[in-house]
Amino acid sequence: MMASGYSAKEEDGHLPGASGAAGSGVAKSKKPDNTAFKQQRLPAWQPILTAGTVLPAFFVIGLIFIPIGIGLYVTSNNIKEFEIDYTGADMSSPCFNCSQSSSWNSTWPCRCSIAFTLDQPFESNVFMYYGLSNFYQNHRRYVKSRDDSQLNGDKSSLKNPSKECEPYRTSDNKPIAPCGAIANSLFNDTLELFYIDPNGTRTQIPLMKKGIAWWTDKHVKFRNPGGTNLNLSTVFQGTAKPVNWHKSVYELDADLENNGFINEDFIVWMRTAALPTFRKLYRIIQKKSNMTPTLPRGNYTLDITYNYPVLSFEGRKRMILSTISWMGGKNPFLGLAYITVGSVCFFLGVVLLIIHHKYGNRNNSADIPN
Amino acid sequence: MARESGEAGALKSCEVRKRTKRKSKKESKSRIVCSNVAYERARGAEEPHKHYANNKIKTTKYTLLSFLPKNLFEQFHRFANVYFVFIALLNFVPVVNAFQPVLALAPVIFILSVTAIKDLWEDYRRHRSDKEINHMDCLVYCKSQRRYVEKYWKQVCVGDFVRLRCNEILPADVLLLSSSDPDGLCHIETATLDGESNLKQRQVVRRFLDLDCEFDPTKYDSVIECERPNNDLGRFRGYIIHRNGKRDGLNKENLLLRGCTIRNTEEAVGIVIYAGHETKSMLNNNGPRYKRSKLERQMNIDVFWCVIILLVMCLFSAIGHGLWVFQYGETRPVFDVLGPEGTDLSPALSAVYLFLTMIIVFQVLIPISLFVSIEIVKICQVYIIHQDVELYDEETDSHLQCRALNITEDLGQMQYIFSDKTGTLTENKMVFRRCAVVGIEYSHDANARRLAMYQELDSEEEDCLSQGGTLPRRDSASSHQSARVVLRSQSTKSHRRTGSRAEAKRASILSKHTAFSSPMEKDVTPDPQLLDKVNDCASQMEFMRLHAQPLTQLPSELSDIIDFFVALAICNTVVVSSPDQPRQKVRMRFELKSPVKTIEDFIKRFTPSRLTSGSNSSSSSSLATRSSAPRAGSSLLSSPSAEGTLLKLEEENSPGPLEGSFRAVPAHSVSEEAELRYEAESPDEAALVYAARAYKCALVGRLPDQVTVELPHLGKLTFELLHTLGFDSTRKRMSVVVRHPLTDEITVYTKGADSVIMDLLRPPTSDDTKGKRQRKTLYKTQNYLNLYAANGLRTLCIAKKVLSKEDYAAWLKSHLAGETAIQGREELLFESALRLETDLQLLGATGIEDRLQDGVPEAIASLRKAGLQIWVLTGDKQETAINIAYACKLLDPEEEIITLNADSQEACAVLLEESLHYIRSKFLCDAPEQASRALQDDPSSLPVLVHRLGLVIDGRTLAYALDSSLEDRFLAVARSCRSVLCCRSTPLQKSMVVKLVRNKLKVMTLAIGDGANDVSMIQVADVGVGISGQEGMQAVMASDFALPRFQYLQKLLLVHGHWCYSRLANMILYFFYKNAMFVALIFWYQFYCGFSGSAMIDQWFLIFFNLMFSAFPQLITGTLDKDVSAETLQDRPQLYMSGQNSEEYKPYMFWMNMIDAFYQSLVCFFIPYFAYSDSDADLFSWGTPITSLALLTILLHLGIETKTWTWLNWASIAFSVALFLAIALFYNASCPSCYPPSNPYWTIQRQLANPLFYLLCLITPVAALLPRYFYRACQGTLFPGPVQVGRQLDRLPPEARRSASGQTKVTGGHHFAPRPPLYHIPGFFCNHGAEGYKKREAPTDSAREGAGLSAGITAGGGWGPDAPRGGLPPEVDTLLHSQGEASDGRLYANAAVGPSGFSLADRATPPPPFTQHECVPLTPSATCVQRAPGGEGLGLPPSTATRPEGGAVTSTADSLETTLL
Repeated sequence: MMASGYSAKEEDGHLPGASGAAGSGVAKSKKPDNTAFKQQRLPAWQPILTAGTVLPAFFVIGLIFIPIGIGLYVTSNNIKEFEIDYTGADMSSPCFNCSQSSSWNSTWPCRCSIAFTLDQPFESNVFMYYGLSNFYQNHRRYVKSRDDSQLNGDKSSLKNPSKECEPYRTSDNKPIAPCGAIANSLFNDTLELFYIDPNGTRTQIPLMKKGIAWWTDKHVKFRNPGGTNLNLSTVFQGTAKPVNWHKSVYELDADLENNGFINEDFIVWMRTAALPTFRKLYRIIQKKSNMTPTLPRGNYTLDITYNYPVLSFEGRKRMILSTISWMGGKNPFLGLAYITVGSVCFFLGVVLLIIHHKYGNRNNSADIPN
Repeated sequence: MARESGEAGALKSCEVRKRTKRKSKKESKSRIVCSNVAYERARGAEEPHKHYANNKIKTTKYTLLSFLPKNLFEQFHRFANVYFVFIALLNFVPVVNAFQPVLALAPVIFILSVTAIKDLWEDYRRHRSDKEINHMDCLVYCKSQRRYVEKYWKQVCVGDFVRLRCNEILPADVLLLSSSDPDGLCHIETATLDGESNLKQRQVVRRFLDLDCEFDPTKYDSVIECERPNNDLGRFRGYIIHRNGKRDGLNKENLLLRGCTIRNTEEAVGIVIYAGHETKSMLNNNGPRYKRSKLERQMNIDVFWCVIILLVMCLFSAIGHGLWVFQYGETRPVFDVLGPEGTDLSPALSAVYLFLTMIIVFQVLIPISLFVSIEIVKICQVYIIHQDVELYDEETDSHLQCRALNITEDLGQMQYIFSDKTGTLTENKMVFRRCAVVGIEYSHDANARRLAMYQELDSEEEDCLSQGGTLPRRDSASSHQSARVVLRSQSTKSHRRTGSRAEAKRASILSKHTAFSSPMEKDVTPDPQLLDKVNDCASQMEFMRLHAQPLTQLPSELSDIIDFFVALAICNTVVVSSPDQPRQKVRMRFELKSPVKTIEDFIKRFTPSRLTSGSNSSSSSSLATRSSAPRAGSSLLSSPSAEGTLLKLEEENSPGPLEGSFRAVPAHSVSEEAELRYEAESPDEAALVYAARAYKCALVGRLPDQVTVELPHLGKLTFELLHTLGFDSTRKRMSVVVRHPLTDEITVYTKGADSVIMDLLRPPTSDDTKGKRQRKTLYKTQNYLNLYAANGLRTLCIAKKVLSKEDYAAWLKSHLAGETAIQGREELLFESALRLETDLQLLGATGIEDRLQDGVPEAIASLRKAGLQIWVLTGDKQETAINIAYACKLLDPEEEIITLNADSQEACAVLLEESLHYIRSKFLCDAPEQASRALQDDPSSLPVLVHRLGLVIDGRTLAYALDSSLEDRFLAVARSCRSVLCCRSTPLQKSMVVKLVRNKLKVMTLAIGDGANDVSMIQVADVGVGISGQEGMQAVMASDFALPRFQYLQKLLLVHGHWCYSRLANMILYFFYKNAMFVALIFWYQFYCGFSGSAMIDQWFLIFFNLMFSAFPQLITGTLDKDVSAETLQDRPQLYMSGQNSEEYKPYMFWMNMIDAFYQSLVCFFIPYFAYSDSDADLFSWGTPITSLALLTILLHLGIETKTWTWLNWASIAFSVALFLAIALFYNASCPSCYPPSNPYWTIQRQLANPLFYLLCLITPVAALLPRYFYRACQGTLFPGPVQVGRQLDRLPPEARRSASGQTKVTGGHHFAPRPPLYHIPGFFCNHGAEGYKKREAPTDSAREGAGLSAGITAGGGWGPDAPRGGLPPEVDTLLHSQGEASDGRLYANAAVGPSGFSLADRATPPPPFTQHECVPLTPSATCVQRAPGGEGLGLPPSTATRPEGGAVTSTADSLETTLL
């Protein structure tokens, strides 16, 4: 430190190597390079935020946002959506009895049906959702309570699920498959939709149960153990079903492509919702032909196999029918937001214009205090 | 430890003691050193000094093994690190964990390792420098080879003999045992230790001095006992015990300290006493200190607030969670998962657990990367400051060094500057400017031109100059030049000495062979008129000598001139060395003879009997040599007037000394071409000697007993040196008593401050012509002195006195009595000196310029405009300090000056009280006017208005004022003064002043200095700046920043300081904003997840968001953003005030940023919330867009705050977005079953395919940033701060900007507008205004002077209307005067002295200046002098000019008593 100070200054050749090796006697100047970067003279854009300079931006934003907003709003309004609450919290509701009696332990399914009327026909593909309210699927411990490698078909995880699944990890000393609280609380109501002809006949509307989950989930993330082994019951041998389930995981569907871990209802459920009020895709009603609407105007009944108790936590269950657009389901908010923000921008632009007109032209250079 | 007297064998005792020492190592108070050589011969077994440190130094902190634990330990000293580690460890507790434990450790480990790598690198650099030093060579005596061999420094041990050659650096603390110097002296330069570049003498231990032959280490068998290693550079105590048991005391004069350089001594041998880390220099080296900047302190408060916000948020969440759990009662919903053990948690307990969990989740609020980012940014800033080419000094090839890496932003917040004077404001190069001899001024125009030339050369390219082609050459000296060049390059290996000053200066600094000897200082161009007179006089003297005429026939004017130059040449302590024998003083053939030591000696020397008896004494032998010389003719030269006395004393031998002087020319040592080099203790002395040499009155040799001077025509004259009464600060003068070889009179030459010398002059005896002439001379000289002082020159008076032998004998008797006295020796000697120095005859006066460094006045002016208070703390005397203060525009001519000189505590208290009263009454009475002026001029928000006052205080008074009872009052006075000048202050006082101001006023202080005496002040101040130019490294070592020149301080503070501050302030605010905004997103989410601590943002994003995604743009902005361009910042120093007032980062801004952050996070949360409400979006499909648009918002926010967009900014923002996308895409595609719990497989991919994502990314940032953007726009138009105006100025085209800045300069100018001067000679100023304009002044200043002058005509000859007296409130005025009457009659005159921008000195014969006095003695012991702000009041009223005789009487009377301020 100190010595380095003088050793650097001394030039009388007592430094080993340093001056001797250089030899030439051309002292290397310590002068810094005169480059733009080192002298902080890089070419630069220096915007100054004043009313005058900023004001076009506000107008431009306003002019862009308002049309977008209108477009979004119109799009959203074109989406048809029908929603019916079948919780049965109300005495008047047909499902009142079921809602009162249902619990996780009840083995006997309770059935109820609700009639409703569609005022408008649903033209294109209709998506059928079940909606839950007040259901905190995003609870921290709930979200964690799963074993992804078990769901991915890992055999060791099947037999020895992750600790995260506690307390739904084992049952009767047998590993639970699928383990964890999410799987345990699988939504297990069955919804069926019937169209009542004007002449009174009930026609069941065919509901597609495939294609409701993400493709990647179905084909990559979720896999049954044993791969292509079609005999799921042997694969899942030695595992227990989740405590709240009425049947084992390999009994979820008859269709082998939709059974076990790759059952799409199960996959959809396993994708935990972001907010306590959510909907999950249940079925898809496909458009039959170009001529007839998917769901014509008229009366319908929703037949419910009521298994899922929600009243204990003030939850609500809904069935939603909705068409979708390029921007998803019906949601007027975004359009309104765009219109609002655009208008505010425009308004502020006008304010800035006034400010600029009134104050912008004075010469500020004399304002620096001396 | 008891010391046994070592009769038998010192070595043995050495061993014995060694053993005892080992036993009782702790108790031993001393260290014993004996020779390694002798020791091995005697025993050969055990190393005697193995308990002493060897010379290997190790300044590194770590070794390879200890690095990790030690570094971690040090890092955990920072509280934040402990906190983050704690949080990371908390994650390992299953009940509360939020993230994957390992992942949570990642950021902490990242931060720790970045810091560790930085530390490792720094340590490696230290290691390398250590290695370099350890491997320097030196000659150590080798036992086996019986000669000195080259060894590395690290191999040197205590007890080794080292041989040191000229210009070598001492490897350890060495006791000097032998020197090639016949006097046993060794010169060292201690610049690296204490910063003093003059040479110091060290003496060989006395007994070894008497050795006849060369020192032989094998014969050395003494033992040294000395004190244990300590860090006191100025002390060394011990003794050496010789074999025969005799002891010699050792003191610091015998010790050569490590790091010093041997100069002017061919060879020296010494024994190592302390080595390595035990050397005094290493013990003094405390390493870098950790300073915490103001900004960082402020930031820490806000970090603390963040902690509180965090706790509030956690508490809120915990309570919320408790309630949420509670509302379900006994029935547990399916989604409320039981604990891992299946236990049901009570609401309260789960709330407690959740509290801890939330701390983990919200940890981002305490910005973990803030500290490390700040460090990175500061290092980048330091790098960029280093690279500034404008802070590079070509002459010394040095640039700014930032030694403290963590306080760059403090540079932008300085409020007080404490500056040293000599070497800091000035170059510490004394240049002879002009002189007045016997009342006639020789203005040395050519010399001034030469100096001006140097100044111009500075700016010119070197190759513009052919070898000295454009240099003004002394016709007489040019012959020396070529020879000198050759000699120089031989002796110093440096490049040629002539040519540009830059190169010469560099060479001089590099070689440092002779202090104070740059060509600028050496080459004085003589005034032709004076040179003629000297030649004339000398030739006349020669003629007279040849014709045996007595010298009294010489016109007294001429003889005085010769005397004047002789005095200049010999009245000093300059040592002469010649370059062809560079390491040896010039030796005359006379043997060493000390000054008169005893009465016997005196009698011997001054009586004829010495000749007969002188066969064995050295003195007589020398005289015997003389006596052998031919006597013919020389006796004729002796002055008849002295003859009577002379004959009595030296009947037959009067020609002796004369003759001796003629032969005193050893042909081998001083040839005509050889240039002599002068080693002076002070630069003034060197300047005077060089000046004398320019008049061919060259000092060619100095021995303890004689001085040899070469005179034109007369050849070399040897003056027998009888006494030297050294300079001391109380007497303020020095004298030499010599025997004049021509007249053989005993002559006293005195040189000293004009104020003292003028008092000691022999009063004019009669009214005859002689007395008249004398008075006239006196009067004129006084006027010239005033003129010199007014020009900022350091003035000295030269006087002489001829003593009769009887008088001398009488004086000598008492003096010797004083010298031998045991008690009160100092006082006796002091009195004896006083007795000698009376009744002097004035010879003349000199003006020496301590040249200001280039650009100092401009730098001070602009720093002051920047709102900085500048205090100058100097060890110099008051007069000089004030002159320099004027010259560098620290004091303004029309400023009133309060001078505080008190002799006692009470007096000081009274003084302060009165000054305070005066200030109050003066500035509060005419409050409206003052207030309006202040509003116009000085809008600084300082609570106390700074008045246009200067305060001058001397060291003694300062000591009283710094007393705890007075310090508040002192501060009250001082802070209302615009400039404060503390003279004669000790280093300790300097630091006390800084400490006082810093602690009491709570301001940011900067201390700047260059020497060792500034070290304490530099260390105390918030920012210490060392000047790394002339003087040593001590100040630089202690400093935080080292500058090559003072003027660079301007750019360092105004530009880099401002930038660093504003960058860092903005970055810190942004950091807080960023983290708060990000964390708040999660907080809002808690309302929708049952306060369960869930996060919709993937934990990876959460943890790396700060560290990676948003880190780079802010680093770029923090490093490179420029709010205002460098040119504008320098044009408008006022912009600096934004940093002083912490305008970029005020406490409320933190909260504004927090509120903005919360608003923005609300927008960023709720727009996606509503957009996705009641949809089938899953947790992370919803969280990923939020992360993305939060990132966009944060980056765009930075965009709004970024003032300068270079491609780096664009690139960094693009990079950040790209990095986020790339990592997200990769992360979300890498593993379908990993990263529990989020398992975000294919999430971002799906989002990118969703138009909603883009719609959100468009609207959310716009909505979030709308208020800020709008606010910024309004602010820019409606109420722009100065900085914003500065930015707008930047946009103007250069010409418009110039005109705009010109405008403000003028409006700012009336701040400094001068008051009308008192007197005025129109022609005088008209002639010289233009010159002054060119030379020094800013154009506006000069113009204002002109305006002021014309106003001065109307002011007439009386008191100026604006003179302070006029401004004095009556009661104060009378108070002062009544006290004055009660005083002891001491008259404190007050000269109106202005710095007068243009050089009066350039005028050949200016009219004698008239000094205006205002005498305001306050109390017997204290004076408070208001200096009349004379402006250019040096001009003489025409009436006075025409009758100088009349004015002379009063004026002289006054000036006699004048204490020139």
